[in-house]
Amino acid sequence: MKNWLTYSLLFITLISCSSEENSEENAYVPIPFQLEIPPLFEEKLIDPIIPVTNKLTVEGVALGKRLFFDNILSVNNTKACASCHSPQHAFADPSQFSVGVTNIEGTRNSMPLFNLAWNFDDRYFWDGHALGLENQALEPVVDANELGNDSWQPIEAKLNNHPEYPQLFKQAFGSSTITKTLVTKAIAQFERTLISGNSKFDKFSNGEVALTPQEQNGLDVFMDETRGDCFHCHGNPNNPLWTDNKFHNNGLDATFSDLGFGLVTGNPNDNGKFKSPSLRNLAYTAPFMHDGRFATLDQVIEHYSTGLQASSTIDPLMKKVAQGGVNLSEQDKADLKAFLLTLSDPSFLNNQAFLPE
Amino acid sequence: MKKTIALLLLLAITFSCNEDMDDNTTLSASVNFKFTHNWNNTPINSANLDTETVTNANGEVINMIRFRYLTSKFKLTNTAGDTYSFDGFKFTDLAQDDSYNFIPDINGIPSGTYTLSFIWGFNEEDNIDGAYPTLNSASWNWPEMLGGGYHFLQFDGMYNVDTPNPSPFNFHNGTARVTDGLFEQNFATIVLDTPIIITNEATIEVKMNIAELFTNPNTWDLNVLDTPLMPNYDAQKMMQENILSVFSIGEITQ
Repeated sequence: MKNWLTYSLLFITLISCSSEENSEENAYVPIPFQLEIPPLFEEKLIDPIIPVTNKLTVEGVALGKRLFFDNILSVNNTKACASCHSPQHAFADPSQFSVGVTNIEGTRNSMPLFNLAWNFDDRYFWDGHALGLENQALEPVVDANELGNDSWQPIEAKLNNHPEYPQLFKQAFGSSTITKTLVTKAIAQFERTLISGNSKFDKFSNGEVALTPQEQNGLDVFMDETRGDCFHCHGNPNNPLWTDNKFHNNGLDATFSDLGFGLVTGNPNDNGKFKSPSLRNLAYTAPFMHDGRFATLDQVIEHYSTGLQASSTIDPLMKKVAQGGVNLSEQDKADLKAFLLTLSDPSFLNNQAFLPE
Repeated sequence: MKKTIALLLLLAITFSCNEDMDDNTTLSASVNFKFTHNWNNTPINSANLDTETVTNANGEVINMIRFRYLTSKFKLTNTAGDTYSFDGFKFTDLAQDDSYNFIPDINGIPSGTYTLSFIWGFNEEDNIDGAYPTLNSASWNWPEMLGGGYHFLQFDGMYNVDTPNPSPFNFHNGTARVTDGLFEQNFATIVLDTPIIITNEATIEVKMNIAELFTNPNTWDLNVLDTPLMPNYDAQKMMQENILSVFSIGEITQ
């Protein structure tokens, strides 16, 4: 009995000592953030990819959102992530090429940002060169034509000397010492919350609305191997991402000024391949293609219908390349466009959770 | 809590390894399946899928770009006729080395001599439109207008690559459409008669000779049948026939 008492006291003492030691430094425990996953995604898709090293927290997401919209990340405090990833354009840029702090244009169209947690291969940028969303976010800050810093060091210094950020980082990550790793973790957390799953077509899939006959025929064109055959690369009603997240040469050019995926893999058979973008929110994400060459959706459809260019790496799914494309009728083109526009989600643009405070 | 655990155990026993026999044999050896791929003995894998140039039985010179396929309902049958079924399906993408092996969740069979059978694609019971998130996420669906469910095979490439005018082919297999709204199941039951002697934990190599898709019994002329083949009933049934000679048993490692 004496021994039991001794051990109990010792145990209680140890427990109380350890909690005293940690009470100041680690007192704040961030609150887990619950992603609002659309029921259709829950039913049809595998779970979103959230790295175990960067689980979402309320504080982390809020911090990432603040950083995303804050010009502090640019060399001269004039640009933010949101400058080229505008919420009103589904986090894309209506300009063909974005301009950064130098007002010099880049070479590729800014990609829209949504449903990134379902980018299963975790490759980012049009050519897939960044592995992981956190790594993606490292680059624009130190790209001369984007946020223009020579290195991350001055940004880390600015943030560490900021009156509010150190406290926010401490709450989100338990450390008030701000590093580029923590900055990109926070931004990636916010970006993973950007979920778009409330288009007219989503409502149709949920049995809430009907498609018009034109939209229905457009879906048939999309799914018909003898007409549009869009679905092999761009999802289908059972894959509501509307992309395969893979890299294809879709017949834009006979020769390549931009090698795309090929430059990343080093495999010449990948030259001229770029990531299939999602067809969600096309109403807001013009211009189209990796280089923003098409200003309108009509031009995109015309490309696949009559504008294909043969090359050594063209995807065999561009099966009618010898005839210039799938040669859709005018009616089918119009109907396909009507269907594609049902994939746009206006509620995504106006979601307060995604807008600056 | 006890009920939950009991229920989970019951579920695990019921679904993980459906032993159709009724005896007291101890289940011991776990079995894995390792798929290897070749073109008439030339190994094909992620390293050379898009670089190897091959020639089919009809003489067309081919470059392969993409090769994905679905198999399911793996079953081992011993000499006494007892069968052991393994749950799950195997989705193989030749560009992804980690998709070559099929490791059933929980399995164990007695030592003995077996033969292997499995389903090419999904049978009618399993081929449920949109029912499998893994396959939906891989955009593996077969259009509803063609009967829905899933692709069994997606083989894309270029043929006549030895000429100035190579052409694409999309050798895709799934449910066959007879006419609008009338569909015919198109899966195949692959039965491999080679005896497999299992004495311990075993890895069974299943070899796939891709060239056989174009060979037997139908010598495939890509100049006639290249694309689109999905809505082509005759092409779909010819694929169903040709798939029967594609697979064979390779090495057994244990």
